[in-house]
Amino acid sequence: MEETKLLLPFFEWAEATTPGRIVRESLWLFPVLEAIHLVGLALLGGALLVVDLRLLGVGLKGSTIETIGRHARPWLIVAVVTLLGTGVLLFLSEAIKCYYNAAFWVKITTLPIAIAYTFGVRERFARGATYTSAYSQWVGSADLLLWFIVAAGGRWIGFS
Amino acid sequence: MIRQFLEWLGSTGWSIRLLESFWVWPLVESTHVLAITLFAGTTIMMDLRLLGVSFGSLRASDFTARMLPWTRLGFAVLVVTGVLLFYSSPVRYYHNVFFRLKMIVFVLAGLNIWLFHSRIHERVGEWDEDPRPPFAARVAGAVSIAAWVIVVISGRMIAYNWFDCDLQPQPDWVNWAAGCVLEAAE
Repeated sequence: MEETKLLLPFFEWAEATTPGRIVRESLWLFPVLEAIHLVGLALLGGALLVVDLRLLGVGLKGSTIETIGRHARPWLIVAVVTLLGTGVLLFLSEAIKCYYNAAFWVKITTLPIAIAYTFGVRERFARGATYTSAYSQWVGSADLLLWFIVAAGGRWIGFS
Repeated sequence: MIRQFLEWLGSTGWSIRLLESFWVWPLVESTHVLAITLFAGTTIMMDLRLLGVSFGSLRASDFTARMLPWTRLGFAVLVVTGVLLFYSSPVRYYHNVFFRLKMIVFVLAGLNIWLFHSRIHERVGEWDEDPRPPFAARVAGAVSIAAWVIVVISGRMIAYNWFDCDLQPQPDWVNWAAGCVLEAAE
């Protein structure tokens, strides 16, 4: 079957951008960005888990879902911003490699779904929820699953 | 002595099989990385409570007690996968400056936990409801975050061979820090 490679020009453009070139040509920048990306992952994990485990009814059960969600929200935002900032730079430095990388496509297609779900569905739900219910457990499980795919796909980019 | 033992360890069949495996090594490494979210993630959240930055309306002891099972689970996964990764290439990791830094800070982080539990958390009843815990608790929280961030960053850097012993010449401090055994040295 003929591959159309419709998006390849975009990836070629991304790789040619100045930030992409600077990161690619530096010995230290890529590893440092990666390390910050990883710290962002740890923070994201914490901010997601405290709420999702509470939704599942297995974590901070001493407080309401709404309370945990409110405390975790600023850190969730800090983590997502850190990950996006470093992630975009990492991507620009090796965009064409990413284009031919299956794990990258798994990650990059799941990521917008995960972000939209967390901020559009889960956060909205958490704002009005008090205690664990069958419904809250579904909301929390789906969130964990989506971000697991994003994180696992992200790690696998480096292996393939 | 240590080096000879690690050389032997790295020559064992399972060590070689693990290092050369197409799927197992990346899966073990990925599990190690994803478990960071469980361990460091929940630890950072607890530290933010100790710092008095977040979760102020939750009782400190309650927060810790309910989070710790998850933190411990993450820790167990990290240790098991970490030991396996070390086993796959013991000599290389042993002489890696980032690995050494990681292990030193890892021990310091452990010391901080021990100090916190034996000195500060013992009297948690006195400050359990305070959104802003006492100074010593806040210090323990700050040290914890700093230590685990260094552990994560240096762990990531182990993958780079900039300071490897077989890439000579290296500055003296690198050879010292990595414990390189230089062939040419008299």
